[in-house]
Amino acid sequence: MQRIINFVLRYRNAFLYAFFAFISLVMTIRSHSYHQSKFFNSSRWVTGSIYGAGSDVSSYFSLQEENKRLVEENQQLRKMLFNAQYDSIDPLNSSLAVYQVLDAKLIKNSFTSPRNYILIDKGVKDGVHQDMGVITTDGILGIVENVSNNFATVQSVLNTKSNINAKIKGTQYFGSLIWDTKDYTAVQLIDIPRLVPLVVGDTIVTGGMSSIFPENVPIGIIKKYDLDDAKSFYNIDVELFSDMANIKNVYLIENKDKEEIEELESRTIE
Amino acid sequence: MNNTLIINILRFVLLVITQVLIFNNLNFLGFINPFVYVIFFYWYPIKGNRAIFMLTAFSLGLVIDIFSDTLALNALASTTIAYARPAIMRFCFGVNYDFQSFSFKNTTKVQRITFLALLVLIHHLIFFSFEILSIAHILLILKKVFATGIVTLILCVLFSSLFSPKSE
Repeated sequence: MQRIINFVLRYRNAFLYAFFAFISLVMTIRSHSYHQSKFFNSSRWVTGSIYGAGSDVSSYFSLQEENKRLVEENQQLRKMLFNAQYDSIDPLNSSLAVYQVLDAKLIKNSFTSPRNYILIDKGVKDGVHQDMGVITTDGILGIVENVSNNFATVQSVLNTKSNINAKIKGTQYFGSLIWDTKDYTAVQLIDIPRLVPLVVGDTIVTGGMSSIFPENVPIGIIKKYDLDDAKSFYNIDVELFSDMANIKNVYLIENKDKEEIEELESRTIE
Repeated sequence: MNNTLIINILRFVLLVITQVLIFNNLNFLGFINPFVYVIFFYWYPIKGNRAIFMLTAFSLGLVIDIFSDTLALNALASTTIAYARPAIMRFCFGVNYDFQSFSFKNTTKVQRITFLALLVLIHHLIFFSFEILSIAHILLILKKVFATGIVTLILCVLFSSLFSPKSE
């Protein structure tokens, strides 16, 4: 007996370790096969209130939920804004609105390759279809190119295939917005006639010539400009309002009159 | 003695709070959440009662487990490094660590970092092995151990030089 006690005392640390390890192992293995422990989890009062205090601070860094709410609010506001010309009609009756706005989140961004496509988390199920305009809170982003059930790809303005109708704000001088692949913060506006007075810093907005974007969606400001080889049109470098490397929430714009416009146009061309 | 007790309690509380509120939400590169609280075992006084040390380690791990809902993984890992610490120290600092005069002052930086690295390695190996609990995912375990371990080690070295104890 004496020897056993001596043995235990001699290796008391090993026994203590074995004891703790056994408790931990039982808890660990239980947690693999059963529900979370009812008493030892983070929802308890002490842990819960510490997390609560922590999230009071950290919510400033992860404002996702808050953001979502604001996006939805913004969506509503933009819808009203784009339809402001019909102000005699009841502004809350959405069936009369020409432009519908959906919100979406960016899943994959791309701005480094010559043909950039952006993936968003809304698809056919949510009412997204081809050729919807996509904008950010700051400005234009691109046009929906392909749609699947739950996702959609957006052809970014940073795409050599992109060609968007744009104009100088406050005037009716239209041009085409293209991208020369050199710099992801700037796109090029071409086909602006030479006689147009330009100033660096002028705002460029979308024109009303396409049925994709509403008129006057901001694009960017004139960074610099020069004449093209024929000396008859300007090549304008436009610095984008949207920070293309840092986008999360986007809006999709649907023009309800689009089909009618396109049908009429195709009949006219025939 | 009383002073070290207060310092250790303070460290315990502060490390738990830093770990659960900051480092558990780091998600560096999508999966790296370093276990900075391992530095507690580096700072803990050498000449203490081993039983109390292990009890402290177990409770430190358990508290962090309760916070992060990883019940008893941290407790297991930290009890293990607490138990293994004398052996690791003998390996890193040689036999003379048993002498009364030993302090971190007399050791080289390389020795101290090796000591810290071994603590981190053992802790992470146990933590991730038991977290995944599958030999089939050995590569995933190793990837997590090394990626997280390196970040933990860097942060611990920074912490140890920022808040160096008086003995240094």
